[in-house]
Amino acid sequence: MTTESIPADEIKRSKLGIRIPPVYYFLVIITVGGLILDILFAKGNIISNPTILTNILIRSVALGIVAVGQTFVMIGASIDLSVAYTISLTAVMTSQLMQGDPERVPMAIILVFVIGAVIGLVNGLIVTKLNVNPFIATLGTGLIIAGILNGTFANFKGSVPKSFRALGYESLGPIPISIIILIAVVVLGWFILSWTKFGAHLYGVGGSRELGRLSGLRTSRTIIVAHIICSLTAVLSGLFIVSRLGSGAPWVGPDGIYDLESVATTVIGGTALSGGRGGVFGTLAGVLIFGVIDTVFNQLGVDTYLKTVFRGAIIILAVASYSFRSKREAA
Amino acid sequence: MAQDLMTEKEPLMEVRNINKAFPGVQALDNVSVAFYPGEVHAVVGENGAGKSTLMKVMAGAYKSDSGTILFQGEIESFNHPVEAQEMGISIIYQEFNLLPERTVAQNIFLGREPAKIGIVNLRQLNKQAHAVLKEIGVDSMISPTALASSLSVAEQQLVEIAKAISLDAKVLIMDEPTASLTSTEVKLLNDLISRLKTKGLALIFISHRLSEVFEIADKITVLKDGQHVGTVNTKEVTSEDIVYMMVGRVLDHYFPPLGSSEDFGDVVLRVKDGSNNFLNSVYLELRKGEILGIAGLQGSGRTELAQALFGVVPFKSGEIELRGKPTAIKNPFWAISRRIGFVTEDRKAEGLILIQPIRDNMLLAIRSLQSLFAFIHQDGIRQSRNMVSALGEQVDIRVDSYGKEAQDLSGGNQQKVVLSKWLASESEIFIFDEPTRGIDVESKARIHDIIRGLTKQGVAVIMISSELPEIIGMSDRILVMHEGTIGGELPAESSETDIMLVATGQNNHRTSSISVDPERGEK
Amino acid sequence: MTTLEKIPSRQMTGILVTIWKRVKKIPPVYLIFLVIIIGVSYLNPNFATLNGMLLFLRRASPLAILAIGQLFVVASGGFDLSQGSLVTLTVIGSALIIYNNEENSYIAIMILLGIGIIIGLVNGVVVSYLKVPSLIATLGMLLLVKGGGLYWTGGAPKGYLTENWRYFGRGFIENVPVFGRFPVAVIVFLIVVVIMTILFHKTNLGKQILAIGDNPRASQLSGVKVKLIRIIAFLISAFLSVVAGVMIGGYGGTSILAGEGLEMQSVSAVVIGGALLLGGKGSVPEVAIGGLTLEAIFSLLNLLGLPKPYRDAVQGLIIIGAVAYAAITSKRRD
Repeated sequence: MTTESIPADEIKRSKLGIRIPPVYYFLVIITVGGLILDILFAKGNIISNPTILTNILIRSVALGIVAVGQTFVMIGASIDLSVAYTISLTAVMTSQLMQGDPERVPMAIILVFVIGAVIGLVNGLIVTKLNVNPFIATLGTGLIIAGILNGTFANFKGSVPKSFRALGYESLGPIPISIIILIAVVVLGWFILSWTKFGAHLYGVGGSRELGRLSGLRTSRTIIVAHIICSLTAVLSGLFIVSRLGSGAPWVGPDGIYDLESVATTVIGGTALSGGRGGVFGTLAGVLIFGVIDTVFNQLGVDTYLKTVFRGAIIILAVASYSFRSKREAA
Repeated sequence: MAQDLMTEKEPLMEVRNINKAFPGVQALDNVSVAFYPGEVHAVVGENGAGKSTLMKVMAGAYKSDSGTILFQGEIESFNHPVEAQEMGISIIYQEFNLLPERTVAQNIFLGREPAKIGIVNLRQLNKQAHAVLKEIGVDSMISPTALASSLSVAEQQLVEIAKAISLDAKVLIMDEPTASLTSTEVKLLNDLISRLKTKGLALIFISHRLSEVFEIADKITVLKDGQHVGTVNTKEVTSEDIVYMMVGRVLDHYFPPLGSSEDFGDVVLRVKDGSNNFLNSVYLELRKGEILGIAGLQGSGRTELAQALFGVVPFKSGEIELRGKPTAIKNPFWAISRRIGFVTEDRKAEGLILIQPIRDNMLLAIRSLQSLFAFIHQDGIRQSRNMVSALGEQVDIRVDSYGKEAQDLSGGNQQKVVLSKWLASESEIFIFDEPTRGIDVESKARIHDIIRGLTKQGVAVIMISSELPEIIGMSDRILVMHEGTIGGELPAESSETDIMLVATGQNNHRTSSISVDPERGEK
Repeated sequence: MTTLEKIPSRQMTGILVTIWKRVKKIPPVYLIFLVIIIGVSYLNPNFATLNGMLLFLRRASPLAILAIGQLFVVASGGFDLSQGSLVTLTVIGSALIIYNNEENSYIAIMILLGIGIIIGLVNGVVVSYLKVPSLIATLGMLLLVKGGGLYWTGGAPKGYLTENWRYFGRGFIENVPVFGRFPVAVIVFLIVVVIMTILFHKTNLGKQILAIGDNPRASQLSGVKVKLIRIIAFLISAFLSVVAGVMIGGYGGTSILAGEGLEMQSVSAVVIGGALLLGGKGSVPEVAIGGLTLEAIFSLLNLLGLPKPYRDAVQGLIIIGAVAYAAITSKRRD
């Protein structure tokens, strides 16, 4: 009776260790659909031109890194809507601190990661110790960061040295460094979630805070650590973005909609808003889907503003495709 | 003789003079019980008797107000369930206690994963889980890598027992372990309990099923209203003795008299062959002026039946006649506008708008029938402006102001507020799901009087309850549900044993008792 | 002697206690408002004059109206973060439709109200039928409306807002006894407050909004049409956003940044007004004062010489602080 009750994909999982999240089928469909659109209505060169394919990946790096962090907090049944401003803060701080001087690079990087860790710590503390709903808490901390940022720093002040820009533009052999970083972050995220005690406890706390408590898990600490990890990924995204831009501005985060898009790609990837399930490979597929859509829009020459419209619609529909089956009322 | 030996043993765990109060209720009143190794100890009592509270105090989930806990002769004071767990006291709660999206092995060792420098050894984890499952003899049934959500309820319980065993539990507490199991699954569990007993564990379980208690328990402790009535050796008592201990002498005055034939009128609600995802071919007739009791085990479809009749999860097929006219009950609004009221099982989650004033709770249903843009009246509706105080008197709510938030009331008063909500909307068919769960004895009696009073005014009542004394004491007819359908109909004042036989699917005289026969109730 | 002395002091404390009990019953927002107004008046004596107050009210009215709209959604348990983008759309859309032809002004307002109603409807349907959490749904709608507005106007404000359109935001009624000139915006504000107070506190709708914000499941089981009520709440918020948009455009002229960040300002105002985020409690007059208070806080920050962007940080602190306070005090109750 038991062997039959194990679903087929479960057996697959125990043999391979990794289960292919269903979102990958969706990624294939979107990609094929995009290619057809490209051939019918544009130059049709996505498939023939490898640089366009690489560009899809590079476009996905900034979002992908922060989405991995978002996956952590969402598995823990929390959320981080302040990532966009953490990204901005990183970009601005980095270019201000480096001032084009290669010698200042290590110091600046350490400093922005420390700031990121503090932001994550504060988010985590507000959520766990002050018991503030994580949506509201991180929306609030996002506002606070935005206020300080816009009040203190001007656009494109300072710059990053050329050596640092290698992060965004150089390749290691045939593979761009940025893509290596993305893959490294995803693999590291997968490792932490699947192979460490912290990962196991995060799923536990996210699945049921009460059960986690009864099992002796340090529920608050687990969620706080998840928030710190999320903010650190936002910092890494910010570093990548500033290496591409050469200089930071306060609007880079919110303009990239990294807050909403990281949530949406995580949800598409199969991580529930209610926590306790999901993983980074699903999220990666969600990010790639967004990358493909973005590239196809570019190929088709869709107007920038119209693209924003589509992005909004896609985010809503992406989340809706998972939420509409839920029995609980949303508010 | 064996019992004599047992009592001479040192108790493994003992509670002495435990007191625990919650706002408005003395949940435990000077309770002392001893539990011995190699013994199965059942704790019985009505809902609200304090069984679960006692178990939670023993497992460290609650802290008692006073009294001592002894474990292996030492005085212990647990600040956290984990402390009790580490000592060897494990508890399996009634609610779901596994993470559905995690594997069996991950669930068993949650918080105790075999790991080096924080990295879990997954092979080791699965191996250890397999070993534990093997220890309790279920390794052929349950794979360590199966997701918890893919297991049946019984299998999930076995996993929880495996978890307790892996914790080296010496005392294993189970809160109604068999409440939602089929009879074969119950047998499986009982076998396991016997095996664990021979290993010298002290097994403690709460149960509502006396037949099962007599089957496997060595000792029975009876609690009533938070007090320890007594602990007896199973072999020395009969189930009548236990029932008597559970309800005491109050029984005679506890329930209002049953309805008489002149109270009963026409059939107001008739369901033929009603089915949906949870229910299978339900036949039911409800007459004016009667209380139709619905008994059945947890998971037998009682609440689902109520939800179907109220349009929350409607029937997908079958016929419904409401007051003689064929119809379909589509949603709660529709049901309410046809004067059906539903007093739900979970007051806080489904019955009350907790941070709103009492008066708005009372008027919630009647207002939902009125136009959205109609002006409101503080204490009533346009046609009747002083409903609130009249209702309050009718159901005997004792509060200083109807402006008080519903969350600040005691359980009994909250239930009265919910009741008055349906009185306000002039319901003619009332569905009660566990009307007196978690309510003090006095309010309980008051609510029973009110329910019977309703029938005298021509209201038809369906009353679901897992408390058999309540079913027997209140019902003019009893339907017993079993696996999503009506297992049989029994007349008023049937015995607990008769009801349990149908509820557990052991009645072989199905055809004779299943027929929906209005005459039966009049006996 | 000692006893004689004690009695009056006891009476004194008795009186103080009763006064304190009365004071405690006053919603805190009124006291906060008073304190801030005193602070602003101290730093800027012009503010304390009748004319100064009226000018302040004219400036603050749109935010207070937005906050009232936000209250309907917040009390039902959600958020409407598409408000600001709808304000922008109203301003730049109207400018485009009017194109310096006065006759088009009222048509423009009608069209924008129509668009607003559609947006509110979509918000409500997405949240109640597709069950997307309102924060995500309305943030997505923010992108949609913002992008749509910019696409419509080609990325920069086009056209021109005529004087008759701008009348609601910056016009005055002349020769009013006592006041002299009375701002039209304040009249619109008062009308909105009165209508919405009646709707929220005196009709069935308001009670049902509070009910679904408190416990949607229990409300549904008591016959409340939860989805319909939720949709209406979003409709009202969107409708009032267009109204506020007309006033903001009237006051400030056309800009693609006209509504930037207003959604969070209205949420902050709702919190200052004592409403419970995530639903179940709130009052229209108090939230209206909350809107005025937030605008006064901005004036205060301005007078204290803090750069404008710090307003965001202050809002963030207000929101987190209020929710944490509510969480801590409700915990104490359990």
